[in-house]
Amino acid sequence: MSILTAVATVAVIGLVLGLGLAVASIVMAVPKDEKAEKIRECLPGANCGACGFSGCDGYASALSKGETDNTALCSPGGNAVSAQVAEILGVQAGEVMPEAAVVLCKGHNGSAARKYDYRGVDSCRMASQLFGGPKECVYGCMGLGDCVKACPYEAIHICDGVARINPVQCRACKMCVNTCPKNLIEMMPLHRVTAAVLCKNHDKGAVTRKACSAGCIGCMKCVKACEYNAVTVTNFAAHVDYEKCVGCGKCNEACPVNAIDLVDMKIV
Amino acid sequence: MKIFLAILLTGILTNNYILSKFLGICPFLGVSKKLNTAAGMSAAVIFVMVLATAVTYPINTLLMKNDMEYLQTVVFILVIAALVQLVEIVLKKYMVSLYNSLGIYLPLITTNCAVLGVVLLNIDEGYNFAQSMVSSLGAGLGFMVAMVMFAGVREKLESSDIPKFLEGLPITLVAASLTSMSFLGFTGLVEGMFS
Repeated sequence: MSILTAVATVAVIGLVLGLGLAVASIVMAVPKDEKAEKIRECLPGANCGACGFSGCDGYASALSKGETDNTALCSPGGNAVSAQVAEILGVQAGEVMPEAAVVLCKGHNGSAARKYDYRGVDSCRMASQLFGGPKECVYGCMGLGDCVKACPYEAIHICDGVARINPVQCRACKMCVNTCPKNLIEMMPLHRVTAAVLCKNHDKGAVTRKACSAGCIGCMKCVKACEYNAVTVTNFAAHVDYEKCVGCGKCNEACPVNAIDLVDMKIV
Repeated sequence: MKIFLAILLTGILTNNYILSKFLGICPFLGVSKKLNTAAGMSAAVIFVMVLATAVTYPINTLLMKNDMEYLQTVVFILVIAALVQLVEIVLKKYMVSLYNSLGIYLPLITTNCAVLGVVLLNIDEGYNFAQSMVSSLGAGLGFMVAMVMFAGVREKLESSDIPKFLEGLPITLVAASLTSMSFLGFTGLVEGMFS
């Protein structure tokens, strides 16, 4: 008998709760924008804000309300998402340039000299306000990981004192680009090999040399070596125009301090 | 008044649900990777714990009257799950910003053992309604203290030099056990304060 009452009690409570929930979900139903829901399902859902709207929901509702008709704003999603969204909306799909972020610094623990031992809060923004950071070079990566915290895809790790971005995991949301207090992170084209100057030191060669053995000294050797006029030196720091670069590697061979790397983005 | 303060402090420090009772370890390890997600999860847990206690206390008195205490666990799971679902519906309708900030954590704690543990242990302790409420608030705050503290530890761990074989979950568990051991230091504190 007692087992029957127990079963009955639980069954009744379950029934009441279930009915209550059913009623509540009908009474308090939120009218849904079905088009926006559909678009939202296509989007990656990282809420990174690369599109310029407040997260994926914001972008989806803006698209469905017609506030924007550019389907290529979601760089983490790439062309696949752009095509899906365009199909739902019935418009022409926009082309997304496949890109990945790269940290332009090679000042690893061994090569970059240190000014002082930083024992403060684990934040690049904080450290950079203290004499421009713990490294002798005020342009370089401090390796305290503001970008690591900003990355929604866990693509960034600190390796030997410098942040490194895994291009396979990078979805080009540009959160790190905006976070880095030294503006060291740049977007590079995917699916090809491109030369990149992994240094942003604008000091004169002799000064740079003392601060970091991997720093660009602005010697112009790479400019002369490049057959495609892709490398320029401004303010004692070289820079590669990724549009013009074909990845031949001549600048890499010419560089006396090894500040230029051939970044292989083909693996992606 | 004194007893309420004692119950609150017991929940936060000496009888911390995560670090002393080992309830709710799953979110403790799962969502303690970043400080703000840890804080969001804890806020949701505090909210649900207090609400669940408020709802289950009268139900328990009803069960007691009919000599059916043995149904506590089953009924409470049912009630808490339905309650969380209801709260989600209400929030979605009337407080969209809170709904968005609690996000996925709200359904996650539907069957969190810490929430169930609080309501069951409140009854074991023989607390009355007001005491139960304070106790669950304390438990929630204790959950938050442990989560936020451990998130800080884990953020430090990220950038420190860890031996290869300890990287990832092993070092996290070691850190968790050390944190939990440090909370043993609070043993007897509350009794001493209020005796």
